Amino acid sequence: MTEKSNVQAVHDTLLGEFRRDERHILLGEDVGVRGGVFRVSDGFIEEFGADRIIDTPVAESSIVGIAIGAAIGGLRPVAEMQFADFHAPAFEQIVNEAARMRYRSVGAFGVPLVIRMPWGGGVRGALYHSQSVEAFYAHVPGLKVVAPSTPADITGMLRSALRDADPVVFLEHKAIYRSVKGDVPDGDYTIPLGPADVKREGADITVYAYGISLHHALAAAERLAADGVQATVVDVRSLRPLDAETVLREARKTGKCLIVYEDNRLFGAGAEIAALIAEEAFEDLDAPVMRLGGPEIPAMPFNKPQEDWFMPSPEKIAVKMRELAAY
Amino acid sequence: MSALDRATALELYRVMRTIRQFEARAVQLFGENKIWGTIHSYAGQEGVAVGVCAHLRDDDWITSTHRGHGHCIAKGADVGRMFAELLGRETGYCRGRGGSMHIADTSKGNLGANGIVGGGIPIATGAALTATYTGSDRVAVSFFGDGGANQGTLHESMNLAAIWKLPVLFVCENNQYAETNPVKDAFAVEDISLRAAGYGMPGVRVNGQDVRETYRVAADAVARARSGLGPTFIVAETYRYEGHYYGDPQVYRTKDEIEDWRAKRDPLVIARTWLTTDRLASEADLARVDREVDAEIEKGVAFAEAGEPASPIRLPEDVYAG
Repeated sequence: MTEKSNVQAVHDTLLGEFRRDERHILLGEDVGVRGGVFRVSDGFIEEFGADRIIDTPVAESSIVGIAIGAAIGGLRPVAEMQFADFHAPAFEQIVNEAARMRYRSVGAFGVPLVIRMPWGGGVRGALYHSQSVEAFYAHVPGLKVVAPSTPADITGMLRSALRDADPVVFLEHKAIYRSVKGDVPDGDYTIPLGPADVKREGADITVYAYGISLHHALAAAERLAADGVQATVVDVRSLRPLDAETVLREARKTGKCLIVYEDNRLFGAGAEIAALIAEEAFEDLDAPVMRLGGPEIPAMPFNKPQEDWFMPSPEKIAVKMRELAAY
Repeated sequence: MSALDRATALELYRVMRTIRQFEARAVQLFGENKIWGTIHSYAGQEGVAVGVCAHLRDDDWITSTHRGHGHCIAKGADVGRMFAELLGRETGYCRGRGGSMHIADTSKGNLGANGIVGGGIPIATGAALTATYTGSDRVAVSFFGDGGANQGTLHESMNLAAIWKLPVLFVCENNQYAETNPVKDAFAVEDISLRAAGYGMPGVRVNGQDVRETYRVAADAVARARSGLGPTFIVAETYRYEGHYYGDPQVYRTKDEIEDWRAKRDPLVIARTWLTTDRLASEADLARVDREVDAEIEKGVAFAEAGEPASPIRLPEDVYAG
């Protein structure tokens, strides 16, 4: 075991895999000489050279499009969107091209591509450095969309993503890049893309979360435990594929479900999880499925009280959990 | 101009004729309600795909467009499997999933026709990046129209290809209209190839109706790419005989204009003329090729019509690996 931060886990895993497989190339803005704005590829260009660690112009659509072509050609590219917010120009290539290539070519062309996106609010980044983008991609068959939030999960799932045969949107919550630390098993271990993980067991209510919301939910669960309410916390670290089995099993255990997510509440990932529980576990429910999500405003506001109002927090989650427990 | 040998010259004609007859037959099948949706005919533009693809190997890549039949055939696709795709058969290139606009052919390096204008440009550029990275001499060609030339992906990819000296050809088929939008309304500069200067790559404007011209220009560009000297931007001036799609009322152009191109600048008529004038082929040779092409086309249609209609059952396959 080695203790490290989330961002260190990203760095170390990429480093190990790039050493293991020279088909990996990294394309993105400022990933080379600067080592990435979050220092994820610090030292890479020195070790792997400018042929593999490619500083691109600001051109997200072609960063991803070129990565798709390179992947079909036999490489295993990693494309970095410097901030997830910058994904929009690349949306066409990710959704219309990467996701459909295997299907439209009847299995002939696969796209083994990892598109890394630092996402989420809580960093005073305002409109274009704070977005949640998971719902756009989780909607698309052909993609895999994961959002691991602990150093161990990031390590195991990034390793799997880099070895996967299909395009993976790999979401890294940047507000917990350095604040969250944890033990990472040494050696070549992987976590498959798909299974959810029960991060806390409790008999009274079940909370589903990912990203920074997961850590806030775990903190909220400790507060409720002091009052005698025991919460299960499920880390929905993979959105596509979604682990329906674990979601439903944990829903049936308590009969009371809350989904917490930072993205705009309507049509977000929480809506899909809620619908799944309502459709499949209705008779085991003791309360309406509840959601705590972002407000109906177009983007993250800048000023701290405004951003705090938008973002989930242990306090807000605890209030909702108490409401659910008391139902 | 470097002289074409007899076999090459006749082969260029044969492939152009195959495309022309394929399109004629596809339109006929459409009229018989055997093809649904829409088709975009390549008739009139044959000189471009054929002149360029003649220099490509099976392991070179192309990306194509919604008007992709010509590129597919020029890159070696089997017309039977193409017709089968248009007819929605299991024996089609995409097992009926794609139809006219989405034919891809792994064995020939055809990364696919594409219903998104400009969608294939960065993908071809990425394939070229693979060639460079792996140290091979493979090249990639992205075909797109004057419409695609105004997508942002072209700007991004031409710049990237130029700074990285990638072995890619950007081939703009200026067929004078982006759907209904004439080039004079879509470009401030008449000669689109001038753009290349802004990226630091050669830009060549070529008469796309004379396959000798496209063949010559592409020879240089492919040789450049294979030897590591980087990309070339080729703008082939050409014309599509049919509307944007089958059934297009074509209110944006006149019958006289269409007839003028057909009468004076038809790539097949032009080719027949120089083939016979330069004594590379006799009328009898050309008649024989025409008969062989017709037979291949009819064989292809028969193959397609004999195929099982594509069923929904296998659709969930090939969404993910394994």
